[in-house]
Amino acid sequence: MMINPGSTHLAAIKAALFAACLLPAFLLWRGFELDTLGANPIEAITRGTGDWTLRFLLITLAVTPLRKLTGWHWVVRLRRMLGLFAFAYGTAHLLTYLWLDQFFDWYAIARDILKRPFITVGFAALVLMAPLAATSSNAAIRRLGGRRWQALHRAIYPIAVLGCVHFWWLVKKDITEPLIYTAITAALLGIRAWWREQERRKQLAGGYLPQPPRLTGKVIRIFAK
Amino acid sequence: AGLGPIAASPLSTTEPPTSRRAVTTYNNFYELGTDKADPAENTFRLKPTPWTLRVEGLVNKPRSFGIEELIKLVPLEERIYRMRCVEGWSMVIPWVGFPLAALLKQVDPQGSAKYVEFVSHYDKATMTRGVLDWPYLEGLRLDEARHPLTLLAVGLFGEVLPVQNGAPVRLVVPWKYGFKGGKSIVAIRLVEKQPLTAWMKAGPSEYGFYANVNPEVDHPRWSQATERRIGEFTKRKTLMFNGYADQVASLYSGMDLRRFF
Repeated sequence: MMINPGSTHLAAIKAALFAACLLPAFLLWRGFELDTLGANPIEAITRGTGDWTLRFLLITLAVTPLRKLTGWHWVVRLRRMLGLFAFAYGTAHLLTYLWLDQFFDWYAIARDILKRPFITVGFAALVLMAPLAATSSNAAIRRLGGRRWQALHRAIYPIAVLGCVHFWWLVKKDITEPLIYTAITAALLGIRAWWREQERRKQLAGGYLPQPPRLTGKVIRIFAK
Repeated sequence: AGLGPIAASPLSTTEPPTSRRAVTTYNNFYELGTDKADPAENTFRLKPTPWTLRVEGLVNKPRSFGIEELIKLVPLEERIYRMRCVEGWSMVIPWVGFPLAALLKQVDPQGSAKYVEFVSHYDKATMTRGVLDWPYLEGLRLDEARHPLTLLAVGLFGEVLPVQNGAPVRLVVPWKYGFKGGKSIVAIRLVEKQPLTAWMKAGPSEYGFYANVNPEVDHPRWSQATERRIGEFTKRKTLMFNGYADQVASLYSGMDLRRFF
């Protein structure tokens, strides 16, 4: 198993992953062209883009656990692309709703967003994703500083939860599928909480403080030069 | 087995029927699976012959009908009806059947009968478990059940009813949301009290007893003002009582349709 691919390998992996991420969109488009999406193709496209938004969110959330469990640190370098695909499919999902489903009937759309909690929740999730997508460049990371950037990008946790709620509330009765997504989300967030707790205990047991002690008073120079 | 002669009906709409492929592959029939494509793939889970329909309860002449008897009870008619699903899509479907009123006449309902309950077939061994409280139950007020538009369907597109559409006999009430039309019916009971239907049990705030198509009363989670006619690209406005207001509005005069949804 390749543990740490070189830059040429990584470029190839990224290209293959990019193509794979486009595949669901291609299949939906082809299904629409060939009329193989069933009796209600617009519903199938809405469902398809929504499913893939949630899937890409969960795949993005799986990167860190995968890295920690396998030691493949390089997978982190694929995370940005996965997150951006989640946003792209989310945007396609919203556009399908606005265009194919509602046909830009803004009055109906506004009423829907305000009156129907599952649409409100889905819309909120996408709105929250926008600043994450906008700050995905290296330049943005530098501008924000690593710590602030990381804090902002933790918004993916509530976004994934909102995505699950959105799916759960739209289903008429059979909640099997939303239940599966929710269980995976819970596992991916749960493992992070578990690790954080382990870290905290280790620090307590080790007797050292998580933050360097605040120094007050006079600084004594120990090593003379 | 064919259905024999089928007469056209003046109660049919002149709108063009939805494609047979859509009508027979896009179905809500949860006993055969909760995905729309499932019922057509799981038809082997339901054997429509032999079949017996019991008509019982507050009637003077309770009896059972074999499906062959039922088909020959009165002359069959083709009724092309609009069908509006509570989920916001619609179709135009050429049913073959006869008025439920003709069957009710055979059993002579008693004066105390006020409602009619429809029990669908359920076999735990082969059908979906959970989701709803089985068997699927539906109900109508007796005057709704006797309305000339209310149909017991035994066919579709001039042929025997396919399993995924509710073979061998199902209810069709064109001014109500599609789920009111119980499929694969094994018993019809005349009762005094309003039946508690499967969907009322599953979501009392979302599904009421009447379930009349009404663009002004939204489902709590989506609007009912518009619908997508399967095969069409843009949505169309939903009509009061699914366009059958002239024939059925009088059944509900004086009723608050927001309360009795």
